Amino acid sequence: MKSAIEVRDLVKSYSQVKALDGISLSVGEGELFGLIGPDGAGKSSLYRILATLAAPDSGRAEVCGLDTGREYCKIRTLVGYMPERFSLYPDMTVMENLRFFATLFGVSVKESYPLIAPVFAQLAKFPDRMAGALSGGMKQKLALSCALIHRPSVLLLDEPTTGVDAVSRSEFWDMLAGLKSSGITILVSTSYMDEAARCERVAMIDRGKILVTDTPRKLVAGIGENLYNAEASDMFRLLTALRQYPGIRDCYTFGATLHIVAEPSFNPAEAVRRLAAEGIGDARIYPAKGDIEDLFIKLTRDEKQ
Amino acid sequence: MKFSILGALLKKEVLLMKRNPFIPKLVFAMPVMVMLILPLVANLDVKNVSIAVVDNDRSLLSRRIVADIDAVESLEVTAMPASFREGMALMENGGIDVLLTIPADFAGNLRTAAPKLDLRSNGVNSTKGMLGGQYVGTSAISTINGWIAESGIEPHADVASIVNLYNPTLDFRNYMIPALMVVLLIIICGFIPTLNLVSEKESGTIEAMNVTPVGKFTFVLSKLLPFWVVGLIVVTVGMLIGWGVYGLVPAGNIGLVYLAAILFSLVMSGLGVTIANSSSTMLQSIFVMFACIMIFQLMGGLFTPIDSMPRWAQCLTYAVPPRYFNEIMRSVYLKGASAADVMSQYLALAGYAALFFLTAAVSYRKRS
Repeated sequence: MKSAIEVRDLVKSYSQVKALDGISLSVGEGELFGLIGPDGAGKSSLYRILATLAAPDSGRAEVCGLDTGREYCKIRTLVGYMPERFSLYPDMTVMENLRFFATLFGVSVKESYPLIAPVFAQLAKFPDRMAGALSGGMKQKLALSCALIHRPSVLLLDEPTTGVDAVSRSEFWDMLAGLKSSGITILVSTSYMDEAARCERVAMIDRGKILVTDTPRKLVAGIGENLYNAEASDMFRLLTALRQYPGIRDCYTFGATLHIVAEPSFNPAEAVRRLAAEGIGDARIYPAKGDIEDLFIKLTRDEKQ
Repeated sequence: MKFSILGALLKKEVLLMKRNPFIPKLVFAMPVMVMLILPLVANLDVKNVSIAVVDNDRSLLSRRIVADIDAVESLEVTAMPASFREGMALMENGGIDVLLTIPADFAGNLRTAAPKLDLRSNGVNSTKGMLGGQYVGTSAISTINGWIAESGIEPHADVASIVNLYNPTLDFRNYMIPALMVVLLIIICGFIPTLNLVSEKESGTIEAMNVTPVGKFTFVLSKLLPFWVVGLIVVTVGMLIGWGVYGLVPAGNIGLVYLAAILFSLVMSGLGVTIANSSSTMLQSIFVMFACIMIFQLMGGLFTPIDSMPRWAQCLTYAVPPRYFNEIMRSVYLKGASAADVMSQYLALAGYAALFFLTAAVSYRKRS
């Protein structure tokens, strides 16, 4: 497969902080690729380099086979970039924003409409509303429409679903799947681990380094081994007790329960008995299905050690 | 450079400026406020100058001189000390601003020689003393000239005459009205483009703009051109008020005033965009712009004449663009200068406009 984005040993520092610490990445043409990591992992720095807004300290980045340093002018017409922050003009209406960006790229809204129609459909009902008065989800759709207006071959989406409600987020991912089917390469970043499952491949990034790159299915395979849920009425006491329990590698809160990463020799029934002896009578421990978040916690823990 | 892109950018700038809740009001309200109030208060005309006259002549002429001085609106003869010494004592106590001594037999000597009046003014309040002294001198000279004409004396060469050209009433207001329009353009066309660009940086809209294939010359031009219009509006409002309220109309061609205003708005907005390029917050840009504006106002010859600055400072003022705009405004407004008279000032302004446009475009960075 030809690669649409090719990144080799990219390093970028901001005074003391190393935002990117030797990142290498390859995204195939037409792929929906997820970049997953917490805030401050270096995702936005990578986006800014790929969108030709920043130059790396060292390393190389290519988009559509073009070097981001030398051929940035060409890249700008091929890439649709949606920054993390809403960057359209809030005092212009929906239609004005769309037409404005169309003119800057030298295209007409009409010829690009078929591509943006699925995204823009809901917005088309109120073309005269000010962009600043839109809801979070609508703003994202408008920003995506503007990023798509020149029919780019690569779409760079930096945390498009941050601050958007769950329903709109799900809709947004449906749209990305639709765009992918029309042949656009999409690099999307998110700090919501559950969104990783909707990508073809994901890379986990933390503190400027890529921890792992694979398909979501392969990543979570095997993570469920020796993984347990734990619950009790006094969760904090349970957490402290389990962290000191022999045969437990790690224990952390996971939603409403605790997740335990244990040695193969760990015996849940035995543990419940011993917890009861310590005064935590209502503890329950049962096998858990691991997901991408467990993997991330495991990888960052391994990295630290 | 594609004109369709420039057109779209300009349309956007005008649209956003119109929709801004503050800027359109500022562009009209600020000139109105400044032009209505400042010519009345920022006035160097002095009033209530107290004068003591030591009249050693006691002739018909000397009494007429005193009466005429007293009749001048801003002057008041408050004391008639018997001797120069007594008069100086009054001056030292701070009671009077100007001491006029008329020598003995002044009127008599006028026929044969050139007798001299002695005029001393109190320099503690320098403006009052200096101008007061001048007013007294002017009044005395006109009285003496009148006397000479009436009594048919051969006018003596030494009798001075003062004629004020171009601003016959020496009204400070007339002198300040063109300068106030310069001040308005400095502030409005300096601050708005700076804040406009920095606010795009702060709100993040510049990000979406920077990934478009728009060239930086086109982009910077779109940030400068709207201020032609703003400059023209400000000058128009200023001229209307100057005419309607103060009865002052430009003696020269209005087109020349507008041409200078367009060039100068470009200079200021170019400087503004240059400053905005190197600032990341509004606070930074405001402080830098403010420093520039201070220098522009104090060294542009707006309030203090450039001719009275030290030589080295006079040389520095060649690097202060409002100097040229101010010269054009005052020459065209008060003297009715023609384009040829102020050609060098136009060329200097055009040069600075081009220079600042280039610096603004070159210092604008899409990539960091």
